[in-house]
Amino acid sequence: MAFDYAPAPESRSVVDIAPSYGLFIDGEFREAADGKVFKTVSPANEEVLSEVADAGEADVDAAVRAARRAFASWSALPGAERGKYLFRIARILQERSRELAVLETLDNGKPIRETRDADLPLVAAHFFYHAGWADKLSHAGYGPAPQPLGVAGQIIPWNFPLLMLAWKIAPALATGNTVVLKPAETTPLSALFFADVCRQAGLPRGVVNILTGHGAAGAALVAHPDVNKVAFTGSTAVGKQIARTVAGTDKKLTLELGGKGANIVFDDAPIDQAVEGIVNGIFFNQGQVCCAGSRLLVQESIQDELLDSLKRRLGTLRIGDPLDKNTDIGAINSAEQLARITALAETGEAEGATRWSPECELPGSGYWFAPTLFTGVSQAHTVARDEIFGPVLSVLTFRTPDEAVAKANNTPYGLSAGIWTEKGSRILAMANRLRAGVVWANTFNKFDPTSPFGGYKESGFGREGGRHGLEAYLDV
Amino acid sequence: MPPVTTTATAGTAALADATASDAALRRYLHGLPGVDAVGLEARAATLGTRSIKTTSKAYAIDLAISMIDLTTLEGADTAGKVRSLCAKGAHPDPTDRETPSVAAICVYPDMAGIAAEAVRGTGIKVASVATAFPAGRAALPVKLADTRDAVAAGADEVDMVIDRGAFLSGHYLQVFEEIRAVKEACAREKGEDARLKVIFETGELSTYDNIRRVSWLAMMAGADFIKTSTGKVAVNATPANTLLLMEAVRDYRAATGTQIGVKPAGGIRTSKDAIKYLVMVNETLGEDWLSGRWFRFGASSLLNDLLMQRQKLRTGRYSGPDYVTVD
Repeated sequence: MAFDYAPAPESRSVVDIAPSYGLFIDGEFREAADGKVFKTVSPANEEVLSEVADAGEADVDAAVRAARRAFASWSALPGAERGKYLFRIARILQERSRELAVLETLDNGKPIRETRDADLPLVAAHFFYHAGWADKLSHAGYGPAPQPLGVAGQIIPWNFPLLMLAWKIAPALATGNTVVLKPAETTPLSALFFADVCRQAGLPRGVVNILTGHGAAGAALVAHPDVNKVAFTGSTAVGKQIARTVAGTDKKLTLELGGKGANIVFDDAPIDQAVEGIVNGIFFNQGQVCCAGSRLLVQESIQDELLDSLKRRLGTLRIGDPLDKNTDIGAINSAEQLARITALAETGEAEGATRWSPECELPGSGYWFAPTLFTGVSQAHTVARDEIFGPVLSVLTFRTPDEAVAKANNTPYGLSAGIWTEKGSRILAMANRLRAGVVWANTFNKFDPTSPFGGYKESGFGREGGRHGLEAYLDV
Repeated sequence: MPPVTTTATAGTAALADATASDAALRRYLHGLPGVDAVGLEARAATLGTRSIKTTSKAYAIDLAISMIDLTTLEGADTAGKVRSLCAKGAHPDPTDRETPSVAAICVYPDMAGIAAEAVRGTGIKVASVATAFPAGRAALPVKLADTRDAVAAGADEVDMVIDRGAFLSGHYLQVFEEIRAVKEACAREKGEDARLKVIFETGELSTYDNIRRVSWLAMMAGADFIKTSTGKVAVNATPANTLLLMEAVRDYRAATGTQIGVKPAGGIRTSKDAIKYLVMVNETLGEDWLSGRWFRFGASSLLNDLLMQRQKLRTGRYSGPDYVTVD
């Protein structure tokens, strides 16, 4: 008899989702001015979770006005006082972490193991970290009394809804800015719960405003004349549009966009750990990660051995109910994203790359895509160039360190890279030559609020996290 | 590692070359892939987060009981103590005769005969430590005599310790030859040879690279089982060092076609811990290793915790230490 794991679902009862939600403007929830709403579904089974307000231009204006009104007193607070609010928010997030993890898993489709062990601990860590900065800004290296910018318009993606919110809101508040944030239309719920956390923490009205809605609301927010700072995480195409909109204005802009990260494995790598790192690099969050290690560059001399190990490991991944505590791979976030992944994978096959997936049964409803490897991939293949944003790994080979660098850098993106070798000097030499904002050595997809994160080239500009991340929200 | 079918013979031949000289053996062992400590520990910790409930928990508890080497290795051991342990091993829970028996009783060599007599007819094996356990600091003839004694007294399995001093000073071939010699001493003219478990004392070898090297060294020298530790030092079995042993036996079978068992020992006291190890076996080695023939727990207090959990699953009520036997 085999050792099968019985279902171990996390209880849904820890989270109470209301049938409908309004926009969070000036400290209270209200309907959209034109009364429009949209539904948010669970990608794992297409169940409608709730109906949320669809912000329009009038709502964006109301939210920006509220943020502007709140700015004067919020920015005038001593840093230590702002820090207290952030510490309070951080503690409430920790206290409610189980509830928020279940909520995020329901709305996003990612496994509870990840929301519980990665997303939520990092969310709280970002607030704790920036709470600590609030009264120390004069020591951050940006002058004796760095000033906030004003109202920050922030637009975040659906892949890490609450974590991206934390990356945006925590530094903005610590530095004395007020915020209007728009979560992605497929994952609005955790931002609305965060609004409740702000109320619970007694945060002054208007300091944080949450507008659920579609691209039009985001565009209106970016274009609003009274917004001083725009921060966006999402696709490169939308990032370019935003850059065009703010060009010629005095708005400060940071963009964190797409990526096609190279995970480079040398012949002297710790193989078992490299396999784990490859898996973590491309299958964490179903590969819907801007810094995913979506290109595996393996030294040709160990290709067969590494691929055998990798395939064996992929055979043990558990795909299914995201709320099950033993699930490794959850659902793709939306039908639209699933269609994109499917189309790109088909292109990979059509262009002659060899496709492989472990045997696995996908659930009947919802949006699912099996973990997929492409071997025999060259730089000329679409699957080696385009960001797939899904659980699809393209395997390429190299012969020498120079070739590895050349191939890794041969992409319009430059967000992340990984190096696997037991040789420390090679790690340092490679890291110097890789044009990527984050270079991981013998690990992958490790995040920490103390470490700045951001891209080269079409992966964007500006840094989030660490001392460097403060600059994006200060008038320097 | 490549699949067994194509490379088993080539792999075995390469291993024979590797043990031709001290230098060759050193080159071979140092040529094994390195171990990244952070990554290894992270993987072991992640496997430890699996949630094993209801039917799978019941399965895992019974499986864990059937994999225990129920151990007493004390200076104060007596025939009475050993007999009572054997009785416990055969019928761990007097309130439920369906409870599986343990895999083996593990004792010092001078108690092997008493244990062999006490377990006769139960299917339980007798394991005896040998080779100047736990320090291993004795001359080779003494170690071999110790081993032969245990085998002659009826031990089905011999748990030897390696010479950590020789290993740490780089005398790999000496360690290799010693294991080979002990393996020969495990032979019986009539009946089955005793199976040899090789104890590394991973806590003393200290680095994961050393643990991977010694695992291969022992398997090449003829170990039937590789075992983390004696239970007598500060650091015994940990999820990470046991995972490393599992990776070694997995890769060794892929290279040679020979299956080797794994035994973590020392410090595993709760059902929760034991289940974590079984998850690790399941997801690293698979079904082939999920039996007492290929995986063992070296433990003394683990059994009672497993029994209490088993009673809880069966009756729905938590019992207490007074509802399991003290032996």
